[in-house]
Amino acid sequence: MRNIFVFIRRYRTFFTFLFLQVIALWFLVSYNRFHRTKFLGVANELTGRINSQYNKVEDYFSLQEENKRVHRLNDSLLNLLPRNFGVRDTTLQIGMDTLNYDTAKFYRRYISRPATVVYNTTNAQKNYIQINRGAAQGIKDNMAVVGSDGSVIGVVVHTSKNFSQIMSLLHVQNSVSAALKKSGEFGTAEWDGKDAHHITLKKIPKTADVKKGDTVLTSSVSYNFPPGYMIGTVADVKFENTTGMYLLKIKTAANFYNLQQVHVIENIEREEQIRLMTETQKKMDQLKSTNK
Amino acid sequence: MSDLVRNILRFIVFIFVQVYVLNKIPPLHQYIVPYIYFLLIIWLPFSISRMGLLFIGFFTGLTLDYFANTPGLHAAASTLIAFIRPLLITVLTPKDSSELSYREPSAKAMQWAPYAVYVVVLTLLHNTYMLLLEFINIGGLLNFLIKIISTSAISLLLIFTAELLFPRSLKYRTNTAS
Repeated sequence: MRNIFVFIRRYRTFFTFLFLQVIALWFLVSYNRFHRTKFLGVANELTGRINSQYNKVEDYFSLQEENKRVHRLNDSLLNLLPRNFGVRDTTLQIGMDTLNYDTAKFYRRYISRPATVVYNTTNAQKNYIQINRGAAQGIKDNMAVVGSDGSVIGVVVHTSKNFSQIMSLLHVQNSVSAALKKSGEFGTAEWDGKDAHHITLKKIPKTADVKKGDTVLTSSVSYNFPPGYMIGTVADVKFENTTGMYLLKIKTAANFYNLQQVHVIENIEREEQIRLMTETQKKMDQLKSTNK
Repeated sequence: MSDLVRNILRFIVFIFVQVYVLNKIPPLHQYIVPYIYFLLIIWLPFSISRMGLLFIGFFTGLTLDYFANTPGLHAAASTLIAFIRPLLITVLTPKDSSELSYREPSAKAMQWAPYAVYVVVLTLLHNTYMLLLEFINIGGLLNFLIKIISTSAISLLLIFTAELLFPRSLKYRTNTAS
């Protein structure tokens, strides 16, 4: 027994080293598996505060760029206002209801909240973006994030009280359901961890008609993203003989180097959709086992 | 300035530069990710105990991890170089480190050649270990090998530039309190 203590005392630096390594590796492993750990709870608040101070200064450098984007989006929204549309034939007397469409038919599926980016990297393999809205402002995991010009940025993966972490499109574990605007074929957009301007779009069937410059939007089959937000444009078309699918190189619509204002979009019915999916799965499994 | 105050200031400056400058600049190339924060560990005074070094290394790496959202990655690498550092100094300097006339590792204190070896070995160790952990997680062997060389080269360039740009006023170790 005494010898063990002597042994430990003698090599205590080495054991401390091993101990610290194990802690560090444990952080690393558990974080990768679940995207989040307790580790980030308090730390997220702290770094969030420092980052937002720094951001106050940094924002000035890209104000002009940001203004243009906001202005463009405002412009497109102005065009959607009802006052832009009129009835051409004013002499014709039609019994017009004050409501010219059936309001019961429409319901809200998505709701957007504005937020500001406080920290963002592009040079890692796993890039995260931190925004200044958190659980207290209603941000939850799996909400979609788009830029001020409506381009896809990423998905919320962790929230603290006042800040949230977003898994950027530039994250090797990221995968977004995407569709070609022209023909509507679905695929999956992923990042290979190399070029911060380009991502890859996989699983587009060979029947699709793809050309350079085609627009890629978020698809209508995503639980997180509303359909029709721009992911990017096709920069290079490659065909993979092994899988019989296209491998498209996509230039991202968002410029990840100067992100500032973003919109966090919540799918109000997400929980119901997910619940339905898991319940269906359960039901089918039960059916399978009873049929045996 | 006492060693403590000096190193706390260095800690703040290095973390700040790493987080807000080097992690943010648009990369020249996908393989080039500059790292300089571990220069803090390289420059720590000789007098710190090995246990102290380990904890400082771990804490420094972890602080960076909090900012970079890579829990454990930098902490593991900087703990490793904090562990290797005293062994390397013993090998490279002929004298016992307590007999060295300078407080911190530097070209003056250790001669240019041993000091260069000391810096290069620690840089390579740090980058290799960190990229190895990343490689295990993500894969890409060629990517990993090229990244070790390019990242270490750019880190060394930064370190030696920092060495030349900011000459440290190295005082002789004295018995009187400073």
